[in-house]
Amino acid sequence: MNDKKWIIAGLLLFTVVVLSPVLWNAFKTPTPPEPVLSAKAKAAGYCVLAKDQMKAGHMQILDVWRDAVVRQGERVYKSTNGKEFNMSLSSGENSCIGCHTSKVEFCDKCHNYTSVRPYCWDCHNAPKEAM
Amino acid sequence: MNVHYLFSLIAVVALCLIAFVGVEWLGLQALFGVVLPYAAVLTFVVAFWYRVWSWARSPVPFRIPTTCGQQKSLPWINAAKIDNPTTTGAVIVRMLLEIFCFRSLFRNTHMSFHETGTGVRITYRWEIWLWVFAMAFHYSFLVVLLRHMRFFFEPVPMVIQLLENLDSFFRIEWMSSVVGIGLPGVFVSGLVLLAAVTFLFLRRLLSPKIRYISLAADYFPLFLIMAIALTGIMMRYFLKTDIVGVKSLVWGLVTLQPALPETVGSLFYVHLFLVTVLLVYFPFSKLMHMGGVFLSPTRNLTTDTRARRHVNPWNYPVKVHTYEEYEDDFREKMIDAGLPVEKEQE
Repeated sequence: MNDKKWIIAGLLLFTVVVLSPVLWNAFKTPTPPEPVLSAKAKAAGYCVLAKDQMKAGHMQILDVWRDAVVRQGERVYKSTNGKEFNMSLSSGENSCIGCHTSKVEFCDKCHNYTSVRPYCWDCHNAPKEAM
Repeated sequence: MNVHYLFSLIAVVALCLIAFVGVEWLGLQALFGVVLPYAAVLTFVVAFWYRVWSWARSPVPFRIPTTCGQQKSLPWINAAKIDNPTTTGAVIVRMLLEIFCFRSLFRNTHMSFHETGTGVRITYRWEIWLWVFAMAFHYSFLVVLLRHMRFFFEPVPMVIQLLENLDSFFRIEWMSSVVGIGLPGVFVSGLVLLAAVTFLFLRRLLSPKIRYISLAADYFPLFLIMAIALTGIMMRYFLKTDIVGVKSLVWGLVTLQPALPETVGSLFYVHLFLVTVLLVYFPFSKLMHMGGVFLSPTRNLTTDTRARRHVNPWNYPVKVHTYEEYEDDFREKMIDAGLPVEKEQE
């Protein structure tokens, strides 16, 4: 049959779809996100775990903490370097937000970049951003 | 042990090891992260064109659609409009149903023999499970593929975010300090993909009839996709990887300014290398049914062979010698021999 024009049209469409990420983005400037550490976090120089472990596993720690607080009433986390932390996302100086004071500058940078939408803030109040 | 699946399994394990050793010990991140992916995409597109074009060039002189219902004939006989399509519109509907619903697979039957009081009887049973798992496999693979577009676009398109929200509809969380499942949120599509591909493998393995006709080329893509799904699931839920680094690598590739993040583990490179292999393998294998389904002459042609006269388009003019001409040549001799002639001599 004489369907070559349709086949070529299909192949062209296929090629455009396959290469669409490149066609759409070529020569744009890659912008890796740079989460800003607050002055307080910088001064402290440590977190509950090493930086790499926190980067990959912070979501699990938060969830384990939540269960520990809600179900067992344990509220203090002892890190490997002997420091004690309040097992809390957003209450007080010794919680996550106590140190990482800005959600927009810290959490959201990487979350938005990788299309992650954590449900922390469904319940917790987001910290007030310094304008 | 079946040599065919063993061969494929060893091939996939070897591929994993190649990527692992190459990245972990030889430091070939640039090869596995940049050179091979580019080469693979290029091979994929060019070879895809080549394969489809070789099909497009093959002559299809006759209409050979399979008729799965009553052909259009007399007005008082009901015709199966889609299963025996006589118009282009009906063919398009038939093709869409084939491509999106795997209609011909839906009609899959299973033949078996049964002992009865009067002897062995043959039965044909409707066998739906292959269709169910084929649908689950293809659609979950599509969703997984589309979900990965979050690494290829910045900002992440709304549709992709919507898809992610749908995919993580079931919030499964099981957390302890030893093992945690559920964060990041569980995407159902990845698990369905792994389950479906496992079924498709077990089907080949456990059914003697299908095992008999299965070759290494049937097992290899199954193992390859299984390994891709497994490494992806491992990376997301268990061993964890630096996802920001992964995105910056992919983002570097699609902006044509490759950059290698240092914090991405070798498991990611194994995952990426397997996908690279899949892309290269794709156009040269049975996986080309992705392009081939559009070009199936048993599905994409109308069944109007009796309603319309089809002349082979590349027929050349054939020199013919009609009976009248023959009689003109030999009329006298025929009359002399007493043979009847159509036209008497004047």
